[in-house]
Amino acid sequence: MTSSTTITPEQVIEAQETWKGQNVPRKEDRRLVQGQGVFVDDVKRHGMGYLHFVRSPYAHAHITSIDVSAAEQHPGVYGTLTGEEVAALTDPFFQIASVPGANVKDYALAVGKVRYVGEAIVAVVAETREAARDASELVEIEYEPLDAITDARHAQDDGVPTIHEDAGGNLMWHGVYEWGDLDAAFAEADKVVKIDELHFHRFNSTPLECDGALVEFNRGMGQWTITTNNQFPGFAVIMMGPAMKVGLDKLRFVTQDIGGGFGNKITSHPQLVACCLLARKLNRPIQWTEWRTDFHLSMSHGNERWFHETEVAVNNDGTLLGFRTKALDDAGAYLRYEPLGGVIWAQVTPGMYKWKNIRVDFTQVATNKAPVSPNRGYSRMQHLWFTERIIDIVAHELELDPVEIRKRNYVRVEDMPYTTPNGCVYDSGDYAQMLDIALGLVDYQNVAKRRSEAESRGKLLGVGIGSTLDSGTNNFGQSRMINPELQFSGNNEVATVKLDIFGEIVVTLGTTPQGQGHETTAAQVVADILKCSVDDVFVRAGHDSYWNSHAGFSGTYASQFAVTGLSAVKGATEMLREEIFKLAGAVFGGVPAEALELADGGIRIKESPEAFLPFMACGAIINANNAGLPEDLGVTLNCRYVYRPPFDVPDVEKKYGNLTLTYATQIHAAVIEIDPETGHYDIVDYAAVDDCGKRINPQIVEGQVMGATAQALGAATHEQFVYDEDGNLLTPNFYDYHVPHALDMPPLQTGFVETPSPFTPLGTKGMGEGGGAGIHAVCSAVQDALRNHGGALVYDSCNPYHRVWEMLNDPSTGARVEVTR
Amino acid sequence: MSATTERSITVTINGTTYEREVEARKLLIHFVRDDLDLTGSHIGCDTGNCGACSLIVDGTLVKSCMMLAVQADGATIESVEGLADGDELNKLQAAFREHHALQCGYCTPGMLMSATALLRANPHPSDDEIKKSLQGNICRCTGYWNIFEAVKAASE
Repeated sequence: MTSSTTITPEQVIEAQETWKGQNVPRKEDRRLVQGQGVFVDDVKRHGMGYLHFVRSPYAHAHITSIDVSAAEQHPGVYGTLTGEEVAALTDPFFQIASVPGANVKDYALAVGKVRYVGEAIVAVVAETREAARDASELVEIEYEPLDAITDARHAQDDGVPTIHEDAGGNLMWHGVYEWGDLDAAFAEADKVVKIDELHFHRFNSTPLECDGALVEFNRGMGQWTITTNNQFPGFAVIMMGPAMKVGLDKLRFVTQDIGGGFGNKITSHPQLVACCLLARKLNRPIQWTEWRTDFHLSMSHGNERWFHETEVAVNNDGTLLGFRTKALDDAGAYLRYEPLGGVIWAQVTPGMYKWKNIRVDFTQVATNKAPVSPNRGYSRMQHLWFTERIIDIVAHELELDPVEIRKRNYVRVEDMPYTTPNGCVYDSGDYAQMLDIALGLVDYQNVAKRRSEAESRGKLLGVGIGSTLDSGTNNFGQSRMINPELQFSGNNEVATVKLDIFGEIVVTLGTTPQGQGHETTAAQVVADILKCSVDDVFVRAGHDSYWNSHAGFSGTYASQFAVTGLSAVKGATEMLREEIFKLAGAVFGGVPAEALELADGGIRIKESPEAFLPFMACGAIINANNAGLPEDLGVTLNCRYVYRPPFDVPDVEKKYGNLTLTYATQIHAAVIEIDPETGHYDIVDYAAVDDCGKRINPQIVEGQVMGATAQALGAATHEQFVYDEDGNLLTPNFYDYHVPHALDMPPLQTGFVETPSPFTPLGTKGMGEGGGAGIHAVCSAVQDALRNHGGALVYDSCNPYHRVWEMLNDPSTGARVEVTR
Repeated sequence: MSATTERSITVTINGTTYEREVEARKLLIHFVRDDLDLTGSHIGCDTGNCGACSLIVDGTLVKSCMMLAVQADGATIESVEGLADGDELNKLQAAFREHHALQCGYCTPGMLMSATALLRANPHPSDDEIKKSLQGNICRCTGYWNIFEAVKAASE
């Protein structure tokens, strides 16, 4: 009825009972392959002005004067906005942090001081993009430069400059997490492995579409319409409303197609506020499209993290008893979503292992670098990389097999659901089976033979394993561990499903998909419940807060759609089904629901199928022909359902509780060959095995696995936001920031296991972020290849060829490790 | 910062001829997107690396952010909007859909134009030739595996 969805050749629809579980081609694709998608920069309005930000060339400086007069005189310029105006018109953004981070003052534009290269200072709006850029060159800003802090390890040294004077220093947040009995574990252990320092590097997923917005101000209603690609409007609006001193309904968020997000499009609220203020000031629509260089300079870098003084308690047989570490997180110059990274990692505290005793002393500091924000695998990736590094380093030091030590310590299938030392509940999974599948796919059984064969060609072969959990559906109550004053907990998502006058089934989502195929998977869930074709289900594209189909946590982030979004769709569709039964019962003259059934796009009496009411008739009766219906019928055929996952508020004192509802799993295995002359390495075999519970659309799931893998391989080998000591970003565009290209991709094999989640209505688990496994696997493989060639231990999450060459030639450039007892 | 220079240019895109006044410094991609409202072609970088703006200009694959609109005066241009026959997807578009060769779809128009140029010049490319033809186009969602499969399927 709507689009001509068909089934791919390898799927046979007749043999299937449900739409769920099938590779239904995506509804989205027909428009996207024709260039008919509507991305934010495609939206135009009469008289709109193009916004360009003037950005700081200094990492740290007082602003002594700003003169916009020449810029405002430039032909085609409509006006400007400065930090001084912003400070007069808005309050600083609400801070998630407790003291001292709570005292940070963050505005839409720099006020009085700049704190990183690329920070926006002035916004210029003009008739064309080119005029706005030209005029930006005419803005005169005087600075008084200050020393910059670019290494988080020195942010709290004596005598270093303070980035936020209001916070009284560069410490933003500190908390100690401790579970179990560390003293007993370390007293009992046969060995203690000490790792001096490990470093997880700074990068992000660089969605191909940069941030943007088209903002209109309706003066009569005092309301803004913000057409944007922000991926978490629920968060943006609670940041923006209080700052702008307006009710949240004054900020209408609209999205359609979004060109990738990966978490990086959550924190565009400062730029959106600047657009709002200018739309009101200049009385015209404001168009802002971020340039690639601006994105790299200023948006959503992933959390850079160090792990210091790590100690691991382990028995000679490889049984892991506990670990303690000091984590140091570099937040960059502002806390835009931070310090939530200081707790999000705790969703996966023991990794995939049965460690009982864990202590993490977590510190987050500010530096003169771009603010960090969520990036695919947010904060868990860093921690899981750390736990995987521990496993491989311990295996190396104790001469244990990296496969055996994993299997010995993995949480087992019979332990599920498994409660971690910090109260998280791993819902289901069979990690050992997944590892076996992954190893089989990379021909692990022949690795000894392959290693010597590679050596005969002068190459060093290494095999690596990366195991990760993709924890999904946040309990926002975990934010209280960061700041007990916060009043967030639980989670929610909304869907509405209705039957229109001509029987059209229309689904509205609260989510903001960026390529995850929500229109398709939602239709699969609806079609199964209403016993119709996916082609009969129209799912609206994107998000519009005017549709009233959203809730506080609406958006697309943190691996949750398959749980929150689809459970809301299921709930709303079941409500609609019940109403159709009720209506048909009345129309048929009091037939009870149990005597009715859905079939062929309508409802009929089981015993006399010729008594058939098509959906078209149902929609028409309720919407346009309803005289004579019973007064108490209670049917609207327009059903809204809010899915609320079952959560309790965590124990803030003990830092204990269930922080996420589901735990999808990925286990990757990599085989690499290093050329010892250069350090160059090729990935010669690669496998990614995924378990996300019930898969609604396996092809979409596999696509997520592939994409996350590619991002991880880019990060593991090349992608880095590198700063010099003055705070200049050395990789501000795709020339210097090397993302993988088609020729860079290794052969990939995918596998899957389905262990349905017992906690979700469809047995699904959120997924999409498990790709951190690729970083772990490459690190693991590099270390394995070096095992008999100097034995350097991999210290950093990014290992470009020169670093591998350094480790080969000077093993002390790797991690420094000591084993006692 | 002096007054800008305008030129009158004529281009034919997907069979339609447009005559416009255009700033001499305007990039072809901005002209196509902003002035002609053909927004299927995208912009993903400032540096000619990403290929989201790829067009076929007088038979040659071009990153249209690396070319001025005035340089296209008199040219015949093909863009993603011209690939389908009405609502009927062409073989390559259908293969992208069938093989899940796109997620967010932002790079897809550029990928399609690169693959179109490849298959026109070399209807039966080898695996390496396919990958090489796509190396000027960045995709951040798919890891390229399914794009490769789609192009390969369309070449068979």
